[in-house]
Amino acid sequence: MGFLPHIELATALVLIPLIGALGVLSWPDEPDGKGRISGGIALAVAVVEVGVWILTLKRFDFSAPQTIQLGQHHVWFKDLGVSYDVGFTAFGLWLVGLTAVVLTAAIAYAFWTGRTRANAYYALMLVLLGAIVGVFVAQDLLLFYAFFEAMLIPLYVLVGVWGGAGRLRATLKFVLYTMAGSLLMLVSILVFGIHNGSFSMYGPSLGATLPDHSTSSTLLFLGFMFAFAIKAPLVPFHGWLPDAYRESSPEVAAVLSGVVSKAAAYGFLYIAIHLFPGPADDLRTPILVLASIGLVYGSLLAFRAPDFRGVVAYSSLAQMGLITIGVFAQSGLGWSGATLQMVNHGLISAALFLLAGCVERRTGTGELSQLGGMARGRPVLATLTLTAGMIALAVPLSSSFAGEFLILAGVLNRGWGYSVVGAVAIVLAAMYVLRLISAVLHRDVGPAVKEDARDLGAWELGVVAALLGCLLALSVWPAAISEHTFGHDVVTDQPFSLITETPPTSAAP
Amino acid sequence: MIDTPSVDWFALAPELALLAASAVALLAAVLVPRRVRRTVAAIVCALGYAGAVVAGVLLYLHSEDAETVVAGGFSRDRLVASAAVLVGGIGIATVLLAARDRMRDDHVAEYYALLAAAGAGMIFFVGASNLMTLFLALEWFSICLYILCAIDGDQPGGLEAALKYLVMGSFGSAILLFGSALVYGVTGKLRFVEIAAAGHGHDPVLAVGLALIIVGLGFKASAAPFHMWTPDVYQGAPTSVTAFMSSATKVAALLLSLRVLREAFPSQAHLWTVAAAGLAVVSLAVGNLAALAQRDVKRLLAYSSISHAGFMFIAIAANNPSGARALLFYLLPYSAMSLGAFAVVAARERELGVPVTLDNLAGLGWERPFLGASLWLFLLGFAGFPLTGGFWGKIYVFSAAVERGWTWLVIVGVVATAVSLAYYLAVVRSLYMRPALEGRLAVAGGSPPSEPLLETAVAACVVVTVGTFFFVGPLADIARDATAFLF
Repeated sequence: MGFLPHIELATALVLIPLIGALGVLSWPDEPDGKGRISGGIALAVAVVEVGVWILTLKRFDFSAPQTIQLGQHHVWFKDLGVSYDVGFTAFGLWLVGLTAVVLTAAIAYAFWTGRTRANAYYALMLVLLGAIVGVFVAQDLLLFYAFFEAMLIPLYVLVGVWGGAGRLRATLKFVLYTMAGSLLMLVSILVFGIHNGSFSMYGPSLGATLPDHSTSSTLLFLGFMFAFAIKAPLVPFHGWLPDAYRESSPEVAAVLSGVVSKAAAYGFLYIAIHLFPGPADDLRTPILVLASIGLVYGSLLAFRAPDFRGVVAYSSLAQMGLITIGVFAQSGLGWSGATLQMVNHGLISAALFLLAGCVERRTGTGELSQLGGMARGRPVLATLTLTAGMIALAVPLSSSFAGEFLILAGVLNRGWGYSVVGAVAIVLAAMYVLRLISAVLHRDVGPAVKEDARDLGAWELGVVAALLGCLLALSVWPAAISEHTFGHDVVTDQPFSLITETPPTSAAP
Repeated sequence: MIDTPSVDWFALAPELALLAASAVALLAAVLVPRRVRRTVAAIVCALGYAGAVVAGVLLYLHSEDAETVVAGGFSRDRLVASAAVLVGGIGIATVLLAARDRMRDDHVAEYYALLAAAGAGMIFFVGASNLMTLFLALEWFSICLYILCAIDGDQPGGLEAALKYLVMGSFGSAILLFGSALVYGVTGKLRFVEIAAAGHGHDPVLAVGLALIIVGLGFKASAAPFHMWTPDVYQGAPTSVTAFMSSATKVAALLLSLRVLREAFPSQAHLWTVAAAGLAVVSLAVGNLAALAQRDVKRLLAYSSISHAGFMFIAIAANNPSGARALLFYLLPYSAMSLGAFAVVAARERELGVPVTLDNLAGLGWERPFLGASLWLFLLGFAGFPLTGGFWGKIYVFSAAVERGWTWLVIVGVVATAVSLAYYLAVVRSLYMRPALEGRLAVAGGSPPSEPLLETAVAACVVVTVGTFFFVGPLADIARDATAFLF
């Protein structure tokens, strides 16, 4: 065993999909062009990923949720002080789970729908899975940046090759927006790391050299904020969102809104606030105001959107605003609520995008004016859409009700106005969700809805029901996440250190 | 009886290996039957470059202390040894890439002879340690390149490119020579270290001489605003020659710039760091903006190489040990990516028989998955994405600038990177996202020819591009040892 590198679970979760991608790529092209075998391999790899994540969940010690666990640390680039440093905190662990589940659902959806050039397609999906998991386990800023950038490569091709008619425009916008942000982040990372002598995201050297509340640390903070605000996106950086969410295939849109946006929220908390508590404190009010505007504005846009995906896309914009409010409440309650809501929203928006895909496959359009009356004779579609919609509008007892409640309670100390805005937004959410449900399921039968359009098949039911099952489980026990992420001192509203201690996790020589 | 200096033959071993290969290849032009002449010349040239690599490695291992040899005319240190390894590797890849070129048979042995001689000149250039050997080496490899550009008489534009290169290149050389004359006039010294020791720190004539030397080097490194020849020459020259020029010439010109500025003009650093930063900014701006408008892929890559000269001048402008390391490291993935990208263009060119544009590149990614994916990787590397050495190259260069306190230069570089994405991704769009132009272009020779040699070269470039990402740590250590003597 001596010559084999020691692999911890954090590394394994990154490597499994990447190795799977190589496997899929090396599989010979299948003549029928449907890619059943490569898709099957990819699906199996994704399921294994979920299994390994469950194993990680069992091994994770929740009595110290903010300690980096199950990771490893190797010096990579000594001259710059860069390390291959991975591991889990509870916060990252939940998001890795979300990633694995949503990507598995997306791959399963693609598997049963059939994709051209299947080998390349599934390999890219697996690379995307590995890269997103990497973002959530990286504990070194440059490693984080590498994974953050690496996400963009498969996404670019997945939208650009397998997307809809306007895909080229959508990809160009998407890439230029995100790169503009992440390159500014790179400047911040470099300046921060070189001042600190290390790019580690934790440790005693943090903030030792840069005085808090200084102009330079504020600028660095803004560099990070800009990148994450584009990726999330927050109003007014959402210009790429409608095109990207509409033109990509449904399962890629599900990944984009369900998981990739969470990488940004993760960055808000784990990098922007954690490394720059001073500037985060100084700029809290403008950020909270911006997020509140985004919440209301996104909800209104969702209410006016003419198509199924548009509603889901803008509701994502609104939800990211809400999550940002929770994050910048900078209290244990807000953070716990934000974490729960990140997982909730990831699952809901993935389910809704996949449902949108199912509807589009049957009718050839997502235009709400062309749809309607689909509930009749299609009980499975109606039930699933209704269930997803109910959770999305945060009916009491649902997991997103718990998440939104915690966020609003957490931000109360920062000003009751934010809570009022949040409460108003919940009403708006009810409006746009009910409008969507009535436009698709009820009213008169739309011109695009053919009499013979079938109900959801067993596989579509399976994929969406799995996502909704996770949500129902969380509705029963939201505390699984909200009370297992930031320790027991969540009830205080005092900011506390996000990573409490840094045990040496390296096991290999 | 003339006193001859003692010659450290070992220090000259890489050049000697290449010159021997060049001579044998020239002999092959007349002595070897036409049938096998191409093969023999190619193998001889490749062996010469392999010899240069081996000699370079040995020289690296046995030159812990930097010194000058051959009466102070040539340096024996790890920088020139690294250059020998780099240029040697580039040369081998170029031979693989050129081996199946549709070149006429009449000058094929001369082609390889000149290729070997050019490599020798470049390595000698990096090792130059006085103004005389510097100019000698500059002309040595430049003349070889002028002829190489024109060697394929069948290629439209080849002669024009060569003539342009000759005129502009000579202009650049003349400026450099004039600058050298001024420096000599002020200090009375030719050797770099003696110029530094002469101590005419505030002499304006010396400053003018320095400026002219920088201009001359800027011509060779194709840094804007001295880049005017680059797009035309890169476009018109045979693609294998372009591949060689874009990588090896950059290695030679930039490493020598670093050496001459650090060794001869340390007390004028306040002048030349600003000049280098200026060259960097202008190159980044001109290279990236002009590339946006290009349709011809070779031209596009030419502008991209101008912008990369800008990135590397950032490292020189940093004027600190990490800058020197960053420069040497950056050259390795950059050379691999540049060679590889031009190799894929060469493959497409042979397949179609016409210049490669963004339009007729369409569909390549699906038709030839390996070449397409490789080109994609090289472009991602140029843009500085992870999984390629280009990622660390850029970060290393930027961090050197941050260390110097020039964060503004990093911001310029970052903006340039963002702009560069627009055209790199335009190529990726052609590769994968546009329908192939079936029927509109006659594919020369039916189905794509299988080219194991070229694909080997591309595979090697892929390995280097990806390998430099994962093994950046040890490579940075090598670069540290190679440049430590400059500071």
